[in-house]
Amino acid sequence: MAPELGQYALVLALVVAAVQAIVPQVGAYRRDAAWMGVAPAAARAQFLLVLFAFGCLMVSFISSDFSVVNVFENSHSLKPLIYKISGVWGNHEGSLLLWILILTLFGAAVAQFGQNLPPTLQARVLSVQAMIGVGFLSFILFTSNPFARLDPAPFEGNGLNPLLQDPALALHPPFLYLGYVGLSVAFSFAVAALIEGRVDPAWARWVRPWTLAAWCCLTAGIALGSYWAYYELGWGGWWFWDPVENASFMPWLAATALLHSSIVVEKRDALKSWTVLLAILAFSLSLLGTFIVRSGVLNSVHAFASDPTRGVFILAFLVFVVGGSLTLYAIRAPSLKGGGLFRPVSREGTLVLNNLLLSTACFTVLLGTLYPLFLDAVASEKVSVGPPYFNSVFVPLMAPLIAALAIGPMLAWKRGDLAGVMGRLKFVAALAFLTGLGMAWYAWNIMPLAVLGMALVVWLGLGVLREWAERVRLFRWDIVESWRRARGLPRASYGMSMAHMGVALMVLGITASETWQEEKQVIMRPGDVQTVSDFELTFVGAEKVPGPNYSATAGTFVVTRNGQPVTILQPESRIFSNPPMETTEAAIRSTLAGDLYTVVGEGDGLGGYAVRLYYKPLVIWIWLGALAMMIGGMISLSDRRHRIGAPARKQAGESGTHRDPGALAAAGAGD
Amino acid sequence: MKPKRKRLFIVLIGLLFVSAAVGFSLFALDQELDVFRSPSEIAEKGFPSGKRFRVGGLVEDGSVSSEGIVTTFRVTDGAHALTITYDKILPDLFREGQGIIALGALNAGGTFEAQEVLAKHDENYMPPEVADALKKSGHFKPEGGDS
Amino acid sequence: MSDTAKTDGQGEPEGVGAANAPVARKARTGLLIAALPIAAFVVIGWFLFRGLSLDPSEIYSVLIDKPAPTFDLAALPGKEHGFSSADLTQPVQLVNVFASWCVACRVEHPVLMELKRSGAVPIYGLNYQDQPDAAGGWLQNFGDPYDRIGSDLNGRVGIDFGVYGVPETFIVDGNGIIVRKITGPITPTILQKELLPLIAEMQK
Repeated sequence: MAPELGQYALVLALVVAAVQAIVPQVGAYRRDAAWMGVAPAAARAQFLLVLFAFGCLMVSFISSDFSVVNVFENSHSLKPLIYKISGVWGNHEGSLLLWILILTLFGAAVAQFGQNLPPTLQARVLSVQAMIGVGFLSFILFTSNPFARLDPAPFEGNGLNPLLQDPALALHPPFLYLGYVGLSVAFSFAVAALIEGRVDPAWARWVRPWTLAAWCCLTAGIALGSYWAYYELGWGGWWFWDPVENASFMPWLAATALLHSSIVVEKRDALKSWTVLLAILAFSLSLLGTFIVRSGVLNSVHAFASDPTRGVFILAFLVFVVGGSLTLYAIRAPSLKGGGLFRPVSREGTLVLNNLLLSTACFTVLLGTLYPLFLDAVASEKVSVGPPYFNSVFVPLMAPLIAALAIGPMLAWKRGDLAGVMGRLKFVAALAFLTGLGMAWYAWNIMPLAVLGMALVVWLGLGVLREWAERVRLFRWDIVESWRRARGLPRASYGMSMAHMGVALMVLGITASETWQEEKQVIMRPGDVQTVSDFELTFVGAEKVPGPNYSATAGTFVVTRNGQPVTILQPESRIFSNPPMETTEAAIRSTLAGDLYTVVGEGDGLGGYAVRLYYKPLVIWIWLGALAMMIGGMISLSDRRHRIGAPARKQAGESGTHRDPGALAAAGAGD
Repeated sequence: MKPKRKRLFIVLIGLLFVSAAVGFSLFALDQELDVFRSPSEIAEKGFPSGKRFRVGGLVEDGSVSSEGIVTTFRVTDGAHALTITYDKILPDLFREGQGIIALGALNAGGTFEAQEVLAKHDENYMPPEVADALKKSGHFKPEGGDS
Repeated sequence: MSDTAKTDGQGEPEGVGAANAPVARKARTGLLIAALPIAAFVVIGWFLFRGLSLDPSEIYSVLIDKPAPTFDLAALPGKEHGFSSADLTQPVQLVNVFASWCVACRVEHPVLMELKRSGAVPIYGLNYQDQPDAAGGWLQNFGDPYDRIGSDLNGRVGIDFGVYGVPETFIVDGNGIIVRKITGPITPTILQKELLPLIAEMQK
């Protein structure tokens, strides 16, 4: 019963979405309040209907109703409840439904929190949002029905892929989708603004919290995926530059750029046309990512394939959304009037630099990701573009970005005093230089890039602190006054410092773990001892352990440091038979100082086992850095000015407040 | 300079920068691209030694021999075979008859010296996430050289 | 994307005070620049469309137009015959690689059953890396479209065929030559548009 109800709800949702796409749009054109008023109600109804459908699918999964194809293929009656639930989105149809659920959730949120948006703008935003909804709902109903039935119903399901039975991977898609789809709001706002022909600081204020929320989720989703790859895949690698990862990274880069350029629109009424373009591109890249992942154009045919109509459908939709919005942009953008002028050396100037570097980085990732496709289409040459390409173009782009990151926030708007800022940063610069010098002496032959990396870490880390000290006049006035100022700083300011500090921590983790990683790949027999960093690892032995649906080789290492016991590590390697597949369960001793990472492989039949042992100093800081960035974003979001809804309410009341000197001062402090 | 001029100047600098970056990316692509060749193509057309590429095929029966950690084996596509040496630990699923893809270069003697060996799993219809994860889990990362 | 980076500078006309002619010219360049993103997208979209019809995994096509490997496989429990290369005697026949653990085979199965009912062509099954009991149960539950089935327990014969994943289907002619290979499940579309015409052609 539940599946039929779910499907019925989806059909209804499609109808509601179609109404929501057309009626408010016409209403906004004719300034008809009643017609425009349809939008919020429809958005809420659409969300409830999709939520109901999602609930129906979840009920089918929890009750192990194998008459539903999707449940049969991806679940098993003996699976723990949590993985029955995560099985809902651990497959193509279900993940699509989750995507739509989040899309309609954001639509309902715009209806709820955007009550004080100008009515025409809100109607148009919700209409555009509904157009996206129509596309995805038809996609799911016509090509990927999650409620399709099997007759006769099998007794037992196929089971969720063992690799996917993991807490981090259960959470990875929801966060990623919250990010992807959250960008749809920025997109809808951009398209609505183009239709209205008006982009102003108020518009930027409405868009910014949505972008910020989406960006936080995207950051969390990417970080979770990367952490999962680190501990589950058994190579100690955490980023592989493969198409699926790049598909999520490109929207992140664009969203980061958008986040910064919208500040310029908000504060200075400049860069408007560029910001609108970024909002369109950020969501377009999310769609492109979906296309790449779902159509299998860059993966093996087995990864998708049974139904090429899906690929054609997404492409058609992509052409409609991206092509349509960019055409609208081409027509309308030239008429957007430019605003405040600024000098190259100014806050705006560094934000432009930020945008230039981020969008170029995004473009190089796009180029590398799609290049195999280009070459295949043009020359029928099968190629792969690996990490060396991405590393060689990415480092030169990120280094100046990080260097500028310490300077930008200290420059004044409009016209900055670079000499003055450098004067205040001279100790930081000196320390960074000394660090570089020390590193050059210490690590030049290991990895020349480490010199640059560590110098940048010191430069940015201390630069962020220095900027904060400057704000609160630390050590310049008495400490009480500084404390008062520190408490008075807007939350957005702390959010920014936190996020920028996160970048520094991440660079620290990357540089240190790449530079000083120790790695041993050896055959060990019981009783053998290997030294990694200052740990001694004694291999006790390994045994075959039967699992429920796999056989595992479980190894045991006793770890000591200077003869003192530290821990016992027990990595496993599991081989599944149906379908044949291997997973490694690395055993990791994770500390803030570094990770000891052990993997056991197959026996050589002579009593020896192939093992991989790594020591990765400070590697955990990569994800702690990402966490700091995300928390920074959330702190910023909680700022009164940025809180969803609050700015809208305020803006609606006093349009044009950005010219108010008080607001300007707060703004200057905030970003 | 007048503000207008100045803005033009910024735009020009930006343009210059972007074209430089794109030029560099294309150059890097050209350098870092790994083409795919089958053993037959190598046998028939050859490939410059020292230049990196990927080769794929099935591990020939009875061709695997190891000396310490160094393994020598042959991959075949049914028509021709290529000798490969590898001095790291092979993926668990590596065995005779297994489909593999190796990344490396030919040495002067015509032997393929692999830097990484990827065991092809028996893929069947599955969500892209899984296929991708599987690909990565069989992925050899000797240098940890990511990002 | 990079080519759009310049849009912000020039895409926003400086506004006030310029004479009419330059304004018109500026508007034209503005439009041109604002149209760059859509132009770039058209190019990318075209490649994406081409990409849909390309198959990135077409690697092991070397066996096409080569003789099928020689093999002799045991029968599944409860079946009389196994399957060997000597069985490939019809003018045209299908060798379908399947396994009970393979989800896509479940999708493909009704198509094979229909093909079996039509009697157009003999279908042989290569039960790939599967437990014979599981395979037997699978066929019992869903029906058996195969004329003969060989149990390829360790996947050795699959390897000789260059099987890359399951399911795969090989079309073999009367001389034991592999004429074509279908990667992934046979869909009704593939059956109607590719397979049946090819079979009809070969049976002439």
